[in-house]
Amino acid sequence: MTIDKHQHVVNISRGIVFNEGDQSLPGEAIETKTVGQVTVDSPVISARHVNVHYGEKQAIKDVSIDVAKNAVIAFIGPSGCGKSTFLRCLNRMNDTIPNAKVSGSIRLDGSDIYDRSQDIVQLRARVGMVFQKPNPFPKSIYENVAYGPKIHGLAGNRADLDEIVQLSLRKAGLWEEVKDRLDNPGTGLSGGQQQRLCIARAIAVDPEVILMDEPCSALDPIATAKVEDLIDELRENYAIVIVTHNMQQAARVSQRTAYFHLGDLIEVGPTEQIFTNPRHRLTEDYITGRFG
Amino acid sequence: MTESAGHQQTTQQRVAASLRRRYAAEMRFRAYGVFAVAVGLLFVAFLFTSIISKGYTAFEQTYVAVDVVYSPELIDPAGSRLAETLQAADYQAVLRASLRAEFPQFEGRTSLRHLYGTVSNSAEQVLRDRVLANPALIGGHERVWLLAHGHIDMFVKGQIDRNLPESSRPISDEEIVWVDALQTAHRVQIRFNKAFFTAGDSREPEQAGVAGALAGSALTLFMALLLSFPIGVAAAVYLEEFAPKNVWTDIIEVNINNLAAVPSIVFGLLGLAMFIQFFGLPRSVPLVGGLVLSLMTLPTIIITGRASLKAVPPSIREAAFGMGASPMQMVLHHVLPLALPGVLTGTIIGMARALGESAPLLMIGMVAFIVDVPHGLSDPSTVLPVQIYLWAQSPERAFVERTSGAIMVLLGFLLLMNAVAVILRNRFERRW
Repeated sequence: MTIDKHQHVVNISRGIVFNEGDQSLPGEAIETKTVGQVTVDSPVISARHVNVHYGEKQAIKDVSIDVAKNAVIAFIGPSGCGKSTFLRCLNRMNDTIPNAKVSGSIRLDGSDIYDRSQDIVQLRARVGMVFQKPNPFPKSIYENVAYGPKIHGLAGNRADLDEIVQLSLRKAGLWEEVKDRLDNPGTGLSGGQQQRLCIARAIAVDPEVILMDEPCSALDPIATAKVEDLIDELRENYAIVIVTHNMQQAARVSQRTAYFHLGDLIEVGPTEQIFTNPRHRLTEDYITGRFG
Repeated sequence: MTESAGHQQTTQQRVAASLRRRYAAEMRFRAYGVFAVAVGLLFVAFLFTSIISKGYTAFEQTYVAVDVVYSPELIDPAGSRLAETLQAADYQAVLRASLRAEFPQFEGRTSLRHLYGTVSNSAEQVLRDRVLANPALIGGHERVWLLAHGHIDMFVKGQIDRNLPESSRPISDEEIVWVDALQTAHRVQIRFNKAFFTAGDSREPEQAGVAGALAGSALTLFMALLLSFPIGVAAAVYLEEFAPKNVWTDIIEVNINNLAAVPSIVFGLLGLAMFIQFFGLPRSVPLVGGLVLSLMTLPTIIITGRASLKAVPPSIREAAFGMGASPMQMVLHHVLPLALPGVLTGTIIGMARALGESAPLLMIGMVAFIVDVPHGLSDPSTVLPVQIYLWAQSPERAFVERTSGAIMVLLGFLLLMNAVAVILRNRFERRW
């Protein structure tokens, strides 16, 4: 374990005994400057020493972290800290950005998603994504949910497709609200409904992981509460990674929290511990509202 | 306190004073806009009144009734009634004999030439067709409405002033007397000019129509659309969605923008050198015209296509990629349908420009005098703007109204295309 001097001093000055015994905790031993437990027992995604460069600028600096099954992990941190960038590495959405360069390894169920043999279409069917601004296709509600199963050939016939659409809308808690108007445009729904439609669209292809990039930042408090409840329910079947600016939201929906700062992953830990007893000075400053 | 109040007072006054100035400037600014729009409308109104007042008479045509005697001696002296005999008979003689019999007061070569000249030279064809359709007419006589000659037509429509000295007008005193006599006998009629829309070009203005040019324009535009729409859209999609952004694509973009501004005659020369001289395609055909016009419209379609693809929000692309769509599926399922209204508008703007284009077509020989209405891409033809150019050059008075008439047809065609553009745009437009 390498600890930079400043961090060491901070820790000592705060009188916290730095856990030199990280290696003794479960999971593989990895060399990281991150405070806390970055590994889990049976990760669905495990990222190791990930660096992301946008041209000359380094957006992510040597980040290693695991994503656990059937759990929600929240990425928090001030604007521009790289949490969204890192999230988008997990399903290779950064591929569409020119000059973005990703190094290190990100494994999904043990196989490297940046490997040449990894098919990007297949990857995105396994790692779904929900965006900051609700972005349903300007098509009907039905078409929105059916799009993924259609292009991936998941439904053999119309009845199968109907079933997938209904099931996905039910899981997203939207079925009762839209079952009578499946042919109406998805863009005609309210903001919160649109975001749940986007979640239904993402789970229609039955992914293993769902990435959510500030899914509630464009929603009002009631719609936010609904989406948060939904995230909690979805945890039963999926691994969820959520980026959020809202610390209360991170505290409410996640089991683990990771704090990013200027491209570094500063601290990872159980959500309760991060919010009640952060071990790193920067984490504490952010949690207590001193910046960010 | 008072000082501060006084200071406030002056500030308020200054603001009030500046407000007046601002409102005055605001008013002037609006006035400039209104003035600009008014000037534009004035010119449009002037153009339309000028063209319509000159051209509406092209849509009607003068006919005169002639008592035709189908003399058996002139048509079929042997009495065989064979189709070949009837076909080959001299109907000009029949017509002339009928006219002479009816108006014996015309004597002498000049007078007779005037008499014969009052009826358009299509009359003999009309008589031949009537006899062939019904040989029983031979030996009898009937009153036939025949197309009047262009000069007579102009005179009847009031385009030639009868008070001018005889030497200054194309119609003689004798003819005026004759026309007046016919008019009092109700043997002159002005009818709707159907032939203007069904006939091709002609040396005789009264027989000339825009059908040939209209068909030529339609075929040429069809060819241009067939080529430039798919190529233009494919180029726009590739450049906007797939091409890497580097020096080469920048160079391509600059060149496309330059091509959009190249004078159209240059495209005509290119078409002449490439399609006609190098590839050996025939001259004066819609095929080559369409090729040249598609070269000309391609930059417009590519530029507007790229602009409308750019206008599709990136969130739609992200959503599609996030669902695991391949780049092609992203484009075909989501981006292109959303960009389609813009692409179509651009295409129709390009097509409308191509419709009004004459210079490049002059270069590839579409300026020829062609009587037949073209039926295919390789039939020699001309197009509406070139027809207008040809007629505008013709010396006969009767071609003046035809020119304006053809301009009205062209404007109607343009209006139709723009209406289609608006309908398509509204139909495909979707909100997000």
